[in-house]
Amino acid sequence: MINQNLKLNPKLFDEDIEEAPTRKGFGEGLVIAGDENPNVVALCADLTESTRMEEFKKKNPSRFFEVGVAEQNLVTVGSGMAAAGKIPFVASYATFSPGRNWEQIRTTICYNNVPVKIVGSHAGISVGPDGATHQALEDIALMRALPNMVVIVPVDAIEAKKATIAMSKDKMPDYLRLSRSNVPTVTTEETPFEIGKAEVFFEGKDVTVIACGQMVHRALLAAEDLKKSNISVRVINCSTIKPLDSKTILKAAEETGAIVTVEEHQVNGGLGGAVSELVSAHFPVPIKIIGIEDHFGESGEPEELLEKFGLTVENIIKAVTQVLRMKH
Amino acid sequence: MLSAHEVKQLELKANEIRIDLIKMLEEAGSGHSAGPLGMADIFTALYFNILNIDSKNPNLAERDRLVLSNGHICPVLYTTMAHRGFFPVEELKTLRKLGSRLQGHPHREALPGLETTSGPLGSGLSQASGMAAVAKMDKLPWRVYCLMSDGEQDEGNTWEAVMFAAKYKLDNLTAIMDRNHIQIDGFTEDIMPLDSLKAKYEAFNWYVIEIDGHNMQEIIDACHEAEAIHDKPVLILAHTIPGKGVDFMENDYKWHGAPPGASDMEGEPKKEEQAKIALKELRTLRGKIRSEHE
Repeated sequence: MINQNLKLNPKLFDEDIEEAPTRKGFGEGLVIAGDENPNVVALCADLTESTRMEEFKKKNPSRFFEVGVAEQNLVTVGSGMAAAGKIPFVASYATFSPGRNWEQIRTTICYNNVPVKIVGSHAGISVGPDGATHQALEDIALMRALPNMVVIVPVDAIEAKKATIAMSKDKMPDYLRLSRSNVPTVTTEETPFEIGKAEVFFEGKDVTVIACGQMVHRALLAAEDLKKSNISVRVINCSTIKPLDSKTILKAAEETGAIVTVEEHQVNGGLGGAVSELVSAHFPVPIKIIGIEDHFGESGEPEELLEKFGLTVENIIKAVTQVLRMKH
Repeated sequence: MLSAHEVKQLELKANEIRIDLIKMLEEAGSGHSAGPLGMADIFTALYFNILNIDSKNPNLAERDRLVLSNGHICPVLYTTMAHRGFFPVEELKTLRKLGSRLQGHPHREALPGLETTSGPLGSGLSQASGMAAVAKMDKLPWRVYCLMSDGEQDEGNTWEAVMFAAKYKLDNLTAIMDRNHIQIDGFTEDIMPLDSLKAKYEAFNWYVIEIDGHNMQEIIDACHEAEAIHDKPVLILAHTIPGKGVDFMENDYKWHGAPPGASDMEGEPKKEEQAKIALKELRTLRGKIRSEHE
C-alpha cells in the first residue's frame, strides 16, 4: 500500500493525475537556487528555452552565459568558474552533455573535483519524434562510472525542483537527468527529498520494484494492480543512482527476496546495473532489469515508444511474476 | 624595464630550472623533455617576475591564476614552483612515483598551488576563460594566465574557448602559446598545419603579441603590454626552441615525450650519456642560452 508518511499525490491512481516535464521543475528550482545564493551561475549551449533556463536568464542576465553550440566548452568553462568559487549549472541535451563531452567532465570536473552541475535534458526514449540521435539512453552509465560524480534522476517536476535546489548546496559534481515530455506528478511539495536517499513509495513484502524517473509511476500502477493477485509489491523511488542508498535497497533485498528494476535507459550500466552490483555483493536475490535492451530508439510519440520498447505496466507485472518464480 | 642585471638573474634562474628538470626526468625514467626545456624561460619570467602569488599562501584570494593547459610539460611547472618555494626542491625526484604529489600530469588536489588538473589537451583555455569571466563579473583584480601548446590548437575545444573569450571580452586573460612546431608524431605543420596562428587569433578578435620565447625582456614586456589591452583577450605567441639549452634535444620531436636516459635513439648520445651531456652543457652555460644572449 501507498506509504502515507510521504504525502504523495492523492490522485496517484487517477486517470487525470497532473503531468509536467521534469525540465520544468529544474527551471523553477534554478530560479530559487539563484535567489538563495548569488554564486549560482548558469551556462547553456544554445538550448536555453528548451532546457528551461530562460527564467533564470531573465532574472539574472549577468549570471547567465551562452556558450553557443559547444558542449565541450560548456563544461570546461563551468569547471573554471567553479574553481573560481561559483556554482555553475550547465545545461544541454543529455546526448550532447554529458554525451559528447565525457572526457572533459571526467578530467576537469570529476578528477579536478569542482562543483559543476551538469543538467542533461531530453533523456530517455520518451523524447519522442526527434528520434534516436536525441534520445539519451546511455547517460546514466557514462556518469555513474565517474568517481566523485553524483547521479540524480528525479521522479517528477516537483522532485526535479527540490533536487536542483539541493544540488546548489552539496559542493559536489552532480548530474541531473531530465525528461522532455510530460511525466505524471507523483509527489507533492511536502514529499521529502534528499540526495542519496531512496524512498519506499509503496509498501510490500513479496517483491521489490526499484525504479527511477517516470518509471516509478508505472511501478506504482503495477503494484496496485498486483494487489488483486495477492502479491505484495514494495516500490522504491531510487532518484539518486549514485551514491546508491544501499541501506534501503539491501533492506528490501533481505525482506522481500526478489527485485525488479525499471528505467528509461539501456539495461547495461544503469539503475539495474547499480542495484545488481550492490545486491550481488551483499545479499544476492534474483533480479530482473527492465530497460532498453541494447537498441537505439526511433521516432514516434512518447507513449508509442515506451510501449514498443517494453517500458509498460504490463511488462513490470510480467517481470514481477517471473522474478517471484525464481525466488526460493 | 628590467635592468640588465635583473634580466641576467632571471636567465640564470631559468638555467638552474633546466638543470633540475633534467635531473628529475632522468630519475623518473619517463616524461616529456622538449616542451619543459623550451618553456623554462617563460615559466621563470612568470613565477619570478609577473605573477602575483604567495608560495606560503597558495590559496591567496587575490592571486593571479596560472592554468597549464598542456599538462604534459609539468616538469617545468613543478621545477619552477619548487624554486619559487611552493615545496622543497628535494621533492622533485618523486616525479611520477607512487604516492608522489608530483603526478605524471598535474592534479590540482595533490599539490597546493596548482589551479587545475590537466593533461588531456584543449580544455585549459576554457577553464582559464571561466575563471577570467568570474573575475570580470565580480570585478576582482586578479589576472588569468593560460599556458598552452601549439599542438593542442588541433583540438576543437580550444577554438570554442577562443570564441568564448572574445565574446565576453576577457581582457584579464593572457594566453601564452608555446609555438615550438613539434608534437608527438612530428612537426606541427606536417601533422595538421596551423599557420598563420597570428592571423587566426586576430580574426577571432584576440590581440596577438609575437615574441622570442627565450628573450627574457620580450617575455616580460609582452606580459605588461597584455595588461594594458582593453576589451580583448591577449595571445602571446611565443616562438620557442623545443629542448632549448640541450644541443642534441633542440628542435627534435623525438624528445617531445622522452626523458633523458631512458632509451637509445638513432643519432643521439647513448642513453647512459644523455643526462650527463645535457647537465654538463647546462651547468657550464656552454649551451645556446648563453651564446645567444651574450
